[in-house]
Amino acid sequence: MKLTTTLMASTALVVAAGSAFADDHAKMADSMTVVSWGGAYQKSQQNAYTIPYAEKHDGLEVIWDESSAEAVAKLRAMDEAGSVTWDVVDVVAADALRLCDEGLAIEIDPEKDLAAAPDGTSAEEDFGELLVGDCFIPQIVYSTTFGYRTDMVPEGADAPSQICDVFDLEKYPGKRALEKRPINNVEWALLCDGVAKEDVYDVLATEEGQQQALDKLATIKDEVIWWSAGADTPQLLADGEVFMGSTYNGRLFAAIEEQKQPIGMMWDAQVFDLDGWIIPANLPEDRLKRAMDFVKFATDTQRLADQAKYISYGPARASSAPLVGQHAELGIDMAPHMPTDPNNAANTFLYNYEFWADYRDDIDAKFQAWLAQ
Amino acid sequence: MADTTQSGPMLAADGSPLKRSLSRTLRRQKLRALLLIAPLLIFVLVTFIIPIVSMLFRSVENQIVSHTLPQTVEALQEWDPNSGEPPDEAVYQALFFDMFKAAEAKRHTQVGNRLNYEQPGLSSMFRGTGRSLDDMGEEFEDALVDIDPSFKTSEFWFELLSGEGADSFLKDRRAKLAAMAGESMRGDIGFAPSAKALELLPATTEAYTDFAIWTAIVEEDVVAEERPWEAVYAGLGVDLRSAEVVQQIASYDGPGAAALKAAVANIDQLPQESFRDMFAESDEDWLDTEGWRTMALYSPDYTTGYFLNSVDLQKTIEGVEARPETQQIYIKLFIRTLYMSLIITGACILLGYPVAWILANLPLRTANVLMILVLLPFWTSLLVRTSAWKVLLQQQGVINEILVWLGFVDDANRLIIMNNATGTIIAMTHILLPFMILPLYSVMKTIPPTYLRAAKSLGATNWTAFWRVYFPQSVPGIGAGSILVFILSIGYYITPEIVGGTDGVFISNRIAYHISSSLNWGLAAALGTILLLVVLALYWCYDRIVGIDNVKLGG
Amino acid sequence: MLDSQSSDAFVAFERVQKSYDGEILVVKDLNLSIPKGEFLTMLGPSGSGKTTCLMMLAGFETATHGKILLDGVSINNIPPHKRGIGMVFQNYALFPHMTVAENLSFPLEVRKLGKSDREAKVKRALDMVQMGDFGGRRPAQLSGGQQQRIALARALVFEPELVLMDEPLGALDKQLREHMQFEITNLAHDLGITTVYVTHDQTEALTMSDRVAVFDDGRIQQIDAPDVLYESPKNSFVAQFIGENNTLVGTVKEIKGEIALVELDDGELIDCKPVNVSAVGDRTLVSIRPERVEFDKNRLKKGTHTIKAEVLEFIYMGDIFRTRLRVAGNDNFVIKSRNAPDQVRLTPGETIEIGWLPEDCRALDAP
Repeated sequence: MKLTTTLMASTALVVAAGSAFADDHAKMADSMTVVSWGGAYQKSQQNAYTIPYAEKHDGLEVIWDESSAEAVAKLRAMDEAGSVTWDVVDVVAADALRLCDEGLAIEIDPEKDLAAAPDGTSAEEDFGELLVGDCFIPQIVYSTTFGYRTDMVPEGADAPSQICDVFDLEKYPGKRALEKRPINNVEWALLCDGVAKEDVYDVLATEEGQQQALDKLATIKDEVIWWSAGADTPQLLADGEVFMGSTYNGRLFAAIEEQKQPIGMMWDAQVFDLDGWIIPANLPEDRLKRAMDFVKFATDTQRLADQAKYISYGPARASSAPLVGQHAELGIDMAPHMPTDPNNAANTFLYNYEFWADYRDDIDAKFQAWLAQ
Repeated sequence: MADTTQSGPMLAADGSPLKRSLSRTLRRQKLRALLLIAPLLIFVLVTFIIPIVSMLFRSVENQIVSHTLPQTVEALQEWDPNSGEPPDEAVYQALFFDMFKAAEAKRHTQVGNRLNYEQPGLSSMFRGTGRSLDDMGEEFEDALVDIDPSFKTSEFWFELLSGEGADSFLKDRRAKLAAMAGESMRGDIGFAPSAKALELLPATTEAYTDFAIWTAIVEEDVVAEERPWEAVYAGLGVDLRSAEVVQQIASYDGPGAAALKAAVANIDQLPQESFRDMFAESDEDWLDTEGWRTMALYSPDYTTGYFLNSVDLQKTIEGVEARPETQQIYIKLFIRTLYMSLIITGACILLGYPVAWILANLPLRTANVLMILVLLPFWTSLLVRTSAWKVLLQQQGVINEILVWLGFVDDANRLIIMNNATGTIIAMTHILLPFMILPLYSVMKTIPPTYLRAAKSLGATNWTAFWRVYFPQSVPGIGAGSILVFILSIGYYITPEIVGGTDGVFISNRIAYHISSSLNWGLAAALGTILLLVVLALYWCYDRIVGIDNVKLGG
Repeated sequence: MLDSQSSDAFVAFERVQKSYDGEILVVKDLNLSIPKGEFLTMLGPSGSGKTTCLMMLAGFETATHGKILLDGVSINNIPPHKRGIGMVFQNYALFPHMTVAENLSFPLEVRKLGKSDREAKVKRALDMVQMGDFGGRRPAQLSGGQQQRIALARALVFEPELVLMDEPLGALDKQLREHMQFEITNLAHDLGITTVYVTHDQTEALTMSDRVAVFDDGRIQQIDAPDVLYESPKNSFVAQFIGENNTLVGTVKEIKGEIALVELDDGELIDCKPVNVSAVGDRTLVSIRPERVEFDKNRLKKGTHTIKAEVLEFIYMGDIFRTRLRVAGNDNFVIKSRNAPDQVRLTPGETIEIGWLPEDCRALDAP
């Protein structure tokens, strides 16, 4: 083992020394920095992607960095400093779009850079419309949705099941946890203020529509605890600080199934969002090759299905869905816990990237001013 | 022997003037001293001064618009923003060529994002139109190739436009491209534009020169072998719209004359649509004057816009005016930050003074043990400490549970001491307390106990002795502690973010948001600069009122 | 040996003891009375208990046992600020954040005096110490001697009847110290206030005081006027502590009234005044002041015992000559002689005969 590594290393040296002839055969870097979110999600990525990948590529060192939350700002700073230290970065689709806009991520050709499905369906078709922007390689579908304390449901009332129950303080008194940003909240508010689902973004593009959404939110403002980290809501629910709250469905799954908290899921009007990889721009040749090779491996049909064994997020490929099996430790079927399961996806939203790229700063300014009132 | 009776300058032993000799010695000493501190000086400069200067610069810098869309900005000068009409064709034409290059460099989306901070919608307008630029150019390309297949070949264009005599033009194009792409465009490109071609086909030559520079330097390809950009075809299309050019082509007999003449002959086959219409087709908001007004407003290299935004004002064509009330937030946050920092500083003085007094008056051994307790919080991470406060302060938390158990608080009306200003004040007072205790302690340590004895022997009661004699001497410690705590608390954002809810967050939370989420670094820099100025102003006031000599961190 | 309790005592310590740790007594059974207007100095080596006594009087330490009376009233339970005692501290303890005038005004303010009253008194106090122009200065802008004067003025400005001074001149150079000694004494006598002064400098004690209490080991060893203390020390500690002193060790051979015959250890006989010896055969330490030793036979009384001495060293000191001798095995026997025109200058190596008046040679307790 040791001998082979040494041999390989010395071969690499020889090749590197005389590699003027062979750009195409340039060696892949033998270390790779992968950036993700930490916690259970990163763990699922290690189990499904990097551990199997490292088994195939002897001597590869994988370094993890839990900086995805500030990925855009950090990549921009690295780019300005002229030294990008990350190779593969896990980001939400909105950030991927932004990185692409800023020229901080490389463009991806799905046909060439991504693996086709086992049945031969091309990657482009397999990912379908989840290929948002030119740089984003989708990985999972997650959703932002509501959980509630089953033991705090008022006597005589049914468990909340409609998004508008969030805004119904008479029927369901108690504190709510909402994310401290306008995205999702304003859509839900409009939906419960009589705006048809297909009109939501048209309405939101107007001053009046934005005000309407804030006015609707104002009806429950006194009862809201605003969260900024995904772990907040499950904790608030577990502590009994709130009756219901929005968060990522995987977090609720963990609280319900793994920690056995008395929490129920409310899938109505869940907002789908995507998470996936981008590869930073301006990487040296060897690191770029390694990153491309890894991403191609990590987003093939089987790998995406594997990740669902560890966390209840839906694989981004259509061809992966039938392969989703049981939870690796709990042994329960994962399919019913996927946000994409037909039973859960009766009424859903897909995060509107275009709209929020345009209106995020504007509505956020108004939202923050409204919060501070 | 030196003549000692001479008048004139004093001489050193070697005959050189004494003054010069002295200054040489002194200079050498100074130089040596400078060398000794050079590493530190450089370190401070690099890690401290430069970031601040760069922040100040970023808060007014706005070169991205004029660098990315230079010709558009120039053409836009002619437009009257108050006309109510979108700008004329020249602007759209300039925009096409600017944006085409910007799209090659992937800079057009950055301009879009920059302008989107000022007017929502521009981001997707730029991004969307960026994708249809190729299509716009292709219309010209297809038509020209249909007319004469030689338009398709790379050699045709190279021969048509190669020549000499336009060195300054080439230099100018290089500079413009370099400014746009943010990288150097120096180096051999294997192409020199011909002065004649420039005169005959200005738009074509310009587009092709840009293409040549880009291809050779950025793509590292051979210019003569590459198919030109669609923009070059569009350039020819534009040139052919001029009657003068058409006329001159008739008498032209240089390279590619046949193809050009064929194009002139079939001029009606070329797209006749104006660029304005093409842009409108791609996104009808290009006809909206609001977007153009924003572009005109933010076209100068430097802008006060970020600073105006930071104080809830906005720039408009008519001048500076207040932001709509629904968007006003920064002034409120600045005031809240200062006000709450003052409360936190006050709370730290109240809690820290007795502790420091006890520490200073205990035997050294006991004091050291207690000092470790004071410093203990420094050993745990800020996040852990703040999260611990969450457990204590929340409605189902430890403090509320105890109060309910003791019967001070009704179970149904538990205190709300978190997710509001109270939570921020409690948690931050705890976190910043050591910064008050340490300077207080070290100053109190230096006040000899004889002063109190002297005061008492002179007839002062314990309180008078403390208040008139001890307290004034501990003021430098309070000053130093207050400055530390106040300045630290003004810049805090993690703790307010976690326990501050909505009315306990600071201006720094917004700065952090603009740095890491909205990426509006210019606004973040302006907010940061204002914060820095406020701190400096307060420091100045402090110096005026109390005197900065009156601040001691110890001994 | 100790003062009897007199009814006119202004300050009195009655059987006062002090212990800090419950094991060692720092002050042992102190009895002392100070009449009104007296300038009393507490003199002693460090750790002798003199400062503790002063602090008990000032009220900063409490007596473990016994009573302290001020003007006939027990002040054991009166807090320091109500005792009305002026005090000058070792390092002056002038308040650095106040001007000189504010420092002086402070005791008047806490006594709630009116503004004009205060100003008049401050001015008078400053004039008293010749510092009238310095009212607006800060202590840090003054020299050591000036600070000293201000500290004195502050201690006197509220017209206390008793002033305590804790080594107030310790930080000054010699010349200034001598000058201040003179001034303080004059001021205290002019104002007629009672002063308790603590020092470890015996010259200071001798030149300034009406009486000096010599402290050692938590007790007063002797309390007397300076001249008595110098010339008639009651025990060997006082004799050695005050002034320069030659000592010889021997055994009492015979006591005849005011004369004791002492046989030194090398067999020589000398005449002494018995002070602390009572019986023949007692070991004794004989003490003779250097300036009372004679070597000119003409000046010695007839019949005086003389002994041999070898000159070891001659030091010219200007006003006096100082000659070191070897006497009865003691290499450090010093004599001082006035620099007069007819004075003999001894040369090292010379052997001479020395002698003294019996009353100048005091036979004390052997240590």
